[in-house]
Amino acid sequence: MAVCIAVIAKENYPLYIRSTPTENELKFHYMVHTSLDVVDEKISAMGKALVDQRELYLGLLYPTEDYKVYGYVTNSKVKFVMVVDSSNTALRDNEIRSMFRKLHNSYTDVMCNPFYNPGDRIQSSPGGPYSRVRIQSRWALLPVSDPVQVGPTSCVRSSPAGPLITW
Amino acid sequence: GQKMSLSVLESMGFRVGQALGERLPRETLAFREELDVLKFLCKDLWVAVFQKQMDSLRTNHQGTYVLQDNSFPLLLPMASGLQYLEEAPKFLAFTCGLLRGALCTLGIESVVTASVAALPVCKFQVLIPKS
Repeated sequence: MAVCIAVIAKENYPLYIRSTPTENELKFHYMVHTSLDVVDEKISAMGKALVDQRELYLGLLYPTEDYKVYGYVTNSKVKFVMVVDSSNTALRDNEIRSMFRKLHNSYTDVMCNPFYNPGDRIQSSPGGPYSRVRIQSRWALLPVSDPVQVGPTSCVRSSPAGPLITW
Repeated sequence: GQKMSLSVLESMGFRVGQALGERLPRETLAFREELDVLKFLCKDLWVAVFQKQMDSLRTNHQGTYVLQDNSFPLLLPMASGLQYLEEAPKFLAFTCGLLRGALCTLGIESVVTASVAALPVCKFQVLIPKS
């Protein structure tokens, strides 16, 4: 089971981070931040490598004593980082790949949502009526834009212009 | 007036292009260079939107690309020849935005303009400034 999922924009600020609520969230933010260096390294290595080795899935970025961090980059240079518990040895490579594929599909859906402005933080509503893809875990909800509130007082909720979390 | 509505159309096309630039190349591997991205626009994007490929792609290898469509589907039902030439920009603004949006998602800042010499042939010029 993934312990933390992060979607990072191509300018390297976070679009979406969700981790298990019981743990110290800041620790995961830090872990994701440090993994970005490894991601950039892999991307530049990929640029110089041969044709056959170009792939979106980056594989294991680095293992720590408790966790393993996996990476994935899309064609639009948006990065997905997933932190997984080391003790969960049952998780195989192709399961991680399929989790990333589902994440990519959900991110694409968010992009195609006309109410979503690219570059905004992704709001995920736990009780929202729109599609939630579960990555093998109760709380790992995939990003969807908040539904439009139709009513006399509210209109389409607009996200702030810049990122809320800046590193 | 006319200019305002054209830029509104272009920005709509831009947003759609951004979404398509995310969705369409999903299974294909990462693009190696600029020319690959342009080829993707001419083949996959055009087929997805207009059910046909772009007819020709020319470049001067200095960041200027000319994409030519000899039977542009939005202009095809209008006329053939010089009639309605001044109405053509309205139909092209959205498409210019589409190209610009897709390029933007794939990491390329560009300026896209369109020109029509005679319906339904139209040329899209993509200028990618050298950084």
